[in-house]
Amino acid sequence: MAKYMLKRILHAAITLCVVICIVFALLRQMPIEGYFNNFDKMTEASIQVSLNKMGLNDPLPVQILHYFGQLLKGDLGVSNRYRQGYPIVKIIAQKAPISIKLGLISLAVSLAVGLPLGILMARSTRTRWKLWDKFGTVFIVIVQAVPSAVYHLLIQLYGSEILGVSMLFNDRNPMTWVLPVFSLSIGNIAYYAMWLRRYMVDESNKDYIRLARAKGVPAGKISRSHVFRNAIVPLVQYIPQSILFTLMGSLYVESLYSIPGMGGLLIQVIKLQDNTMVQALVLIYAAVSVLGLLFGDLMMALVDPRISFTGKEGAR
Amino acid sequence: MMNFRDAKAAPLEKSLNSQLKAQLDPAAAYENLSEEELFTPAEFDHSNAERAGYSNYSYWGATLRAFFKNKAAVFFLGIIVVVLAFTFIQPLLPGQRDPKTINNDPLTGVQIINRAPDDEYWFGTNSIGQDLWARTWAGTRTSLGIGFAVACFEALFGTFIGVLWGYVRKLDTFFTELYNIFDNIPQTLVLILVSYIMRPSVGTIIFALCLTGWLGMARFIRNQIVIIRDRDYNLASRCLGTTTGRIVSKNLLPYLVSVIALRMSLAIPSAIGNEVFVTYIGIGLPTDIPSLGNLVQAGRVLMSQPSLRYQLLFPTAVLAIITISLYVVGNAFADAADPKNHV
Repeated sequence: MAKYMLKRILHAAITLCVVICIVFALLRQMPIEGYFNNFDKMTEASIQVSLNKMGLNDPLPVQILHYFGQLLKGDLGVSNRYRQGYPIVKIIAQKAPISIKLGLISLAVSLAVGLPLGILMARSTRTRWKLWDKFGTVFIVIVQAVPSAVYHLLIQLYGSEILGVSMLFNDRNPMTWVLPVFSLSIGNIAYYAMWLRRYMVDESNKDYIRLARAKGVPAGKISRSHVFRNAIVPLVQYIPQSILFTLMGSLYVESLYSIPGMGGLLIQVIKLQDNTMVQALVLIYAAVSVLGLLFGDLMMALVDPRISFTGKEGAR
Repeated sequence: MMNFRDAKAAPLEKSLNSQLKAQLDPAAAYENLSEEELFTPAEFDHSNAERAGYSNYSYWGATLRAFFKNKAAVFFLGIIVVVLAFTFIQPLLPGQRDPKTINNDPLTGVQIINRAPDDEYWFGTNSIGQDLWARTWAGTRTSLGIGFAVACFEALFGTFIGVLWGYVRKLDTFFTELYNIFDNIPQTLVLILVSYIMRPSVGTIIFALCLTGWLGMARFIRNQIVIIRDRDYNLASRCLGTTTGRIVSKNLLPYLVSVIALRMSLAIPSAIGNEVFVTYIGIGLPTDIPSLGNLVQAGRVLMSQPSLRYQLLFPTAVLAIITISLYVVGNAFADAADPKNHV
């Protein structure tokens, strides 16, 4: 167990280092305009002076080592175009809380809606018309098949009309939280509902459930204390993926609703071509997703010992 | 109607009658045989002795039968065929406009901007007077092309690496470690980074999407190959001196065709979705190439005006129809291809 965890943590650390190197090396290929606010008006000499000052004329390995040293001190460099000369850490510290809040709320909502939907669907497979199952399947197919970039737009368009709120986010108006949270959760709701339904249906076809039904245990009790409890365990392994999904979704959703968070910021600095900011934000997103996956895998190992040792090895 | 049924029933009745007759009267069984055949001793025929029980089970036959039993899937398959065919036939039809031409009113010479859908411009015109009907189908062509290219690459390269990874034991640890490292990098970030660095073009998008998509495919193929690699029939093949290439192509890959097809059909919608996303960020395709991403983005800008919403809704509807159909058909096909569902 401990060995698996150590190995998993080591993998995460290596991944992070590889990501840092790749991102850093790739972004050095960008045109140097991205490091200056007023590139057009500068002379060749002054450009060279500032490039030297920023260490951008050093050989690449030296730059990367230097950057690692900076990162260890918790320094992400300074912004050049978004806010000239302002430390990126400070910018992010202002923007991060709202993103974290949004992500956590939407994860909670997706669990709170997705799990009951899954249960309803699984239970309705035993009824005559399977209404919930049919409704849920259509919902899941639509959410999974239609690109998220498209349904986020439609939710913004029609949701704001139905709720009668403005299309943009406003921190003071709690109603404007509803649509972004809904947008971010809807993918995970479908995801959880789909897998919980499948596990519950598999579980309820097992012999011990048939026995319980035959000896007359009420259907509600069977589904609560036998089927659901066994079906929820393997579901833990989908939590890391859904964290990742929420993170990546927040890029689009935050920028769509002009939420002053990190996701919207990344889109904004890409449009501004602020190289150091893009670098820092991509790294932060990569780090958060690597840690999210790590956290999920470790949790999975803790919850279900059957999964842990074969976990990432798959079919051996 | 009655005639048809009678015609079908007649041969059945006839054979049934002859069987009954044979049971009642043993002599009837050999009454039609010639003298020679009746009185010549039977010879031992080796091939007849070897003949075992025969089943007319055919994998693809059973797969197709299971697929066509699923009415929803057949319906969506029809939609895909019609939409695909129409996407490529549309420019050849008479009276179609060029997707990039800016249309002017023949009388006044003024650009026809933001014309609501009518019988001349079926989907209306956009904010600079281009025909949205032509643009939607041109965009669908571009996006489907991107999706198809990515899906093909994913299938070919992913299968190739997956086979290497699963079949060559020495490479297993290397690839597994590599996978564990690279699988943790989110695809969206790679997509953003690559599109940010390279010049926007169709090639860039295809390249960025190809970079990551094959990983999942390779891993899946590897797992399957590890499972069936050492089955008895493969061991036997190897002992008999079959070359590795032949074992892979004849014994292993046919097992996986259905799954490869499924992943391809799901890769196309996700490629289209990613194209829409990077176009939204502003690092997707150049705006002069009509694509579903560009059309959705152009429509999004105007969506706060209810009268111009058609510019968002038409491309979105076409996109949704294509992706939903591909998804449903892909899943139904994967279910049908699973031999467990063939009974």
